[in-house]
Amino acid sequence: MATEPVFIGRPTDAELSDQLLSTAWRPWRRLGKIGFLVAILGTLSLFSGITFTVMRGIGVWGNNIPVGWAFDIINFVWWVGIGHAGTFISAVLLLFEQKWRTSINRFAEAMTLFAVLQAAMFPVLHLGRPWFAYWIFPYPATMEVWPQFKSALPWDAAAISTYFTVSLVFWYTGLIPDLAAMRDRAPTRAKRIIYGIFALGFTGASSSYRHYRVVYGLLAGLSTPLVLSVHSIVSSDFAITLVPGWHSTIFPPFFVAGAIFSGFAMVLTLVIPVRSLFRLENVITKAHLDNLAKMVLVTCWVVTYSYILEFFIAWYSGDEFEIYQFFVARPFGPWAWIFWMMIICNAVVPQIFWSKKARTNLAVLWAVSLLVNVGMWAERFVIIVMGLQRDYLPAAWGVYVPTYVDWAIFLGTMGFFLLLFLLFLRFVPFVPLAEVKELKHELSHEEGH
Amino acid sequence: MRRRQQSGIVGAFDTPEEIIRAAHELRKSGYRRLEGYTPYPLLELERAIGRGRSRIGFVVFPCAIAAAAIAYLVQWWTNAVNYPLNSGGRPAHAPPAFVPATFEMAVLFSALSACVILALWSGLPALWQPIFEVPGFDRASIDKFFLAISDRDPSFDREATARRLTELGATRVELLGVHPATDAEVDERLNGKGGGES
Repeated sequence: MATEPVFIGRPTDAELSDQLLSTAWRPWRRLGKIGFLVAILGTLSLFSGITFTVMRGIGVWGNNIPVGWAFDIINFVWWVGIGHAGTFISAVLLLFEQKWRTSINRFAEAMTLFAVLQAAMFPVLHLGRPWFAYWIFPYPATMEVWPQFKSALPWDAAAISTYFTVSLVFWYTGLIPDLAAMRDRAPTRAKRIIYGIFALGFTGASSSYRHYRVVYGLLAGLSTPLVLSVHSIVSSDFAITLVPGWHSTIFPPFFVAGAIFSGFAMVLTLVIPVRSLFRLENVITKAHLDNLAKMVLVTCWVVTYSYILEFFIAWYSGDEFEIYQFFVARPFGPWAWIFWMMIICNAVVPQIFWSKKARTNLAVLWAVSLLVNVGMWAERFVIIVMGLQRDYLPAAWGVYVPTYVDWAIFLGTMGFFLLLFLLFLRFVPFVPLAEVKELKHELSHEEGH
Repeated sequence: MRRRQQSGIVGAFDTPEEIIRAAHELRKSGYRRLEGYTPYPLLELERAIGRGRSRIGFVVFPCAIAAAAIAYLVQWWTNAVNYPLNSGGRPAHAPPAFVPATFEMAVLFSALSACVILALWSGLPALWQPIFEVPGFDRASIDKFFLAISDRDPSFDREATARRLTELGATRVELLGVHPATDAEVDERLNGKGGGES
């Protein structure tokens, strides 16, 4: 596939271990400290926003009638979507034996975990009384009131909690051999003990590895349908209603494609600075970035095709509310500029990746990946807010305006995400060491024969 | 299902090719209780020491089916029998609406059962194991490859086995399960064999 190597140079296993493990105990430079400061400020903003919301009720948000779903659901769908590329890279590419996934898969999985964590907060807060969130699980209640499984809410609960748990287990299983390496190479006794506990006494015995390989493959196989099911279920929250622009059979694949699109963009956004900061150009090569950019381009076209189809179906259905929604409300109604931003960022800008020069230029890659993230957030905004602003009854039309609490929570999730991500980079070997060594072993075999 | 080596002899090798060859040779000369310790999975080594395919799938699959069945039963009983509600005109027993939660529970319990079994069958979490006392074993997770032979092996003979490991290219040979042993004691027990590097 790629003509460029996925692995540069011939370090020994010991050198490679030192390079990849030392990220967890090398002192951080100033940039990392600034990152932590920003992340902590963001986290504070998030938790103040949440505390305020819980104390006063969701009236402090901009949600109103008719726009009952707004920033909370936009952010929920956006963050869940970002998580998907992580699972896609680690699971789907593992099953297809794509060697270029190896250096970036743990990174992408961690991104998934932390993104899903951000996402999971929103449906709970959206309930209005988050302390009753456990009502959506079928626990044996003395009131004998059960969850309504014909509604999308329990589906979401099952999908998100399963997705998070399986991602966590998948990530941790992949980490075990590297935690053992951390235990054996840790510079201080305290670190040795801590990593030793997390490594669960893993010895690298062949009899463990034979189970380990199967479990890892199994988890990859289980995660693959999860990627598709989770966002399909999220999209069903919309598709089972009758709001114009929502009641559409294309929603599950459309949402999944958008999710993977934004996820790959987020992997690029994160991997480019980290690769330079930690000097990992030999294991995360230009070939990786090139492949990621190609995936962005592919998913961009799936998303673009879905946009075209949505407009076509609206026109072809002859339904005046659908036609109004797609041909008047979205391009010319309130917030129309977000609609145009969505089109430009998601359908136009990624076309630059047809050029190999753009795909291997770090600045261009990073800028485009940021724009795609913005564009995908705009898409969720367009779907949710514009559908609700202009539904069947003109007398009930309204306009949505977010409040400062909405912004504090939304921007705060980015800070919290960054905080979790920096902690991950700080304490865990974020390039899967055992797998990179295995890849090196395989590559040397291929060259030898 | 624990197959940990309690005591025996361990040889250290520098490359995966050497340990795989040594394991093949030892199997050929009648050794049966072998165990490899490597920084990354080596399929050839697992085959060479006579380990077949993992049977984890046979446990995970029933767990998945059971989880799916229980999830569907819970939805059916709560929504169609115990507390039926008319939601948008859907029937009380609405199979399509019950699919998402059923599927998710099957996936969730497959993943969890796979990990629990992995831990059980690999002897995790046992934070200490006798092999950790072997001098230099801390490089088994970095760049060295260790081959252990249990003293319960029918062909086990302390001197002969140690000599054989050295002949097969082991850079050092150590006793396993005699902790706490210093390097000097190990050398003495092995008649001055092994203990090359410190």
